[in-house]
Amino acid sequence: MKSRKLGVDFIRTVLPVLLALFSGGLLLLILGKNPINFYSDIWRFGIAKKSWQDSATMFAPMLLVAVGLIVVFRANLWNLGYDGQYLIGAALISGFSPYLTQHMSVWLAWFLLSIMAAAAGAAVTIIPAWLKAKFGTNEIITSLMMSFITIGFANILIKGPFQDPNIVVPQTKVLPLNHMLPHIPGTRISIGLIVALAMAFGVHYLLSRTSFGLKLDIYGASSKSAQHAGISVPKMVFTLFLISGALIGLASSVDILGHWGYVRTNWNPSYGNAILPFVFLGRLNVLASLPFVMFYSVLATGGAISTQRSGLSSDFLLVIVALILLFMTVIEYIGTKQDLGQSYIPSGLKRFLKFSKSEGDLG
Amino acid sequence: MNGLFTQAYIIVAITAGLTSALPLMLAALGETIGEQSGVLNLGVEGIMLIGGFSGYVCVLNTHSVLLGGLCGAFFGILSSLILVSLSVMLGLNQIVVGIAITLAGEGVTSVLQQSKYGSSNPRLSSVSPVKIPLLSRIPIIGPSVFTQPIFLYISLLLALVVAWGLLKTNAGLRIKAAGQKPGSLDAAGGSVIRTRTFSVMLAGGFAGLGGAYFSIIGSGSFTPMMTGGLGYIAIVVAMLARGRVSWVVGGSLMFGFCVSLTTVLQMAGINIPSDAVNIIPFVAVLATLIIFARSAYIPPALGVPYIRGSR
Repeated sequence: MKSRKLGVDFIRTVLPVLLALFSGGLLLLILGKNPINFYSDIWRFGIAKKSWQDSATMFAPMLLVAVGLIVVFRANLWNLGYDGQYLIGAALISGFSPYLTQHMSVWLAWFLLSIMAAAAGAAVTIIPAWLKAKFGTNEIITSLMMSFITIGFANILIKGPFQDPNIVVPQTKVLPLNHMLPHIPGTRISIGLIVALAMAFGVHYLLSRTSFGLKLDIYGASSKSAQHAGISVPKMVFTLFLISGALIGLASSVDILGHWGYVRTNWNPSYGNAILPFVFLGRLNVLASLPFVMFYSVLATGGAISTQRSGLSSDFLLVIVALILLFMTVIEYIGTKQDLGQSYIPSGLKRFLKFSKSEGDLG
Repeated sequence: MNGLFTQAYIIVAITAGLTSALPLMLAALGETIGEQSGVLNLGVEGIMLIGGFSGYVCVLNTHSVLLGGLCGAFFGILSSLILVSLSVMLGLNQIVVGIAITLAGEGVTSVLQQSKYGSSNPRLSSVSPVKIPLLSRIPIIGPSVFTQPIFLYISLLLALVVAWGLLKTNAGLRIKAAGQKPGSLDAAGGSVIRTRTFSVMLAGGFAGLGGAYFSIIGSGSFTPMMTGGLGYIAIVVAMLARGRVSWVVGGSLMFGFCVSLTTVLQMAGINIPSDAVNIIPFVAVLATLIIFARSAYIPPALGVPYIRGSR
């Protein structure tokens, strides 16, 4: 019985991805591209030979963003300001790192820079968290507004004080290779991966083995019962938003110090949007999300080259992500209904399919 | 500085303000209908892009602005059907589905734009304005407010129709009931599902129309992600307006003039970094949200799927 349940869970989580990849292939055919070439390119540039190591480097910031999202989503809070929280960290890191790494030991500089990025990411969440805690204002909207403002601010920083005067395109100074995070010995994977994994396991422990994790889940299930159980709701909202923002800020430090070394204006990798479906597929569980984030880091690494080779905009990956989200919600729905032993066509849809009598003037 | 207050500048400011206010107004009108019926449509941003792109392609091929607008609205309705079938009928999470629609809209339009017009990026010829007889001769207001593309007058008319529809008609009452207390609408013999379906489709149509306005009249071309968060501002405007159409129109106009003021300042030679200009609307919206935090009221059933018989 248990193995059957595991099998069903497996199908429920993997099927949306397969369906999305399949319909993505159909879309490629419609656009007149060869889907087999496209997907084999992803394999070639995302896994084969040593390119899996590039994917592993990409995996580190994505994992941190994923963990940052899981912490708030589990509490039924929606922090959608991830792009701003990430980019302000990235701008500060790339602006300060060329100086800091020269004037002190690199390890101390990396540490300070990471703290700064995490603090900046957390600071961006303060206004949405305050509005939510004090007035119950919808945090989706406020965090999004904050995100747009912070992205603009990050761009102002990059074009202003942080700009490298020797380059025409507005961008920050490039961090010299020997001042970037070292590789894990024997590979070309940045040690940022170890930081990300350590944070992920730490948060997993916090969520699943501590009283704080339990409080969080109670708050997520019902804020009223949390209040009744003596949990301070405003404190909860603040803590979770700050943790989430800090983790996303930290992601930028791992990414800039370990991979890019500089930031250009209007550059926005938008990891949050891409990772979103995968944390849901992992049932908002850190460990269960690991394989999905891994999968996406391969798709993104290989896809960046693959879309270019087929002459497509790299935004094609966004379409695949959106398809995964849609298939996921539908399959989740069918699965839940089957568990409850009901027909999986809802009464609303049944009535619609019959579209028999007209009940009112809206039909 | 004196130059700022000459007639020419004021006329340019008003025209530019209207041009940037109208797409927002249309999208926010649609979102108002959707929110009043209890559906939070986070896909507005994506739907606007889809409407903008389809309107642009249509005008490029037919040279008819009206057809372009219709085309934008049609594809807007078409993309809102995803939200209808998944969230309204199946009761799936509106936030997740909304984000999916936005991502899909951004991705699809960007891919299509690059594969079809990536290298040429043709511009549309500017839309010739219609001069309203007599009124267009009034100084300052005449050459700005009353000399506009016909699309603008139609949009304002639509706002009146929505206001009347929400306040005075049976359908408007049903929409509000579906957002306030869906159970009582059901008990009174109305259908919550149908009401919400109708509202979400209307919302999609309006968002698509807004996107088409943006690409056809606002910018005359289509670039990927050109709306730059306007769809989210529309959601906020709808939330703050609390279903009152006059507030939606007023809020959008205020937004438009905020934007046009900065363009005029730049024209006058006062140099503001464009990134600072771009964040002004968001700062304004956030400030409004902070000041009116208490009154950002939303329908009680917003975002909650209706399941008959559930408590």
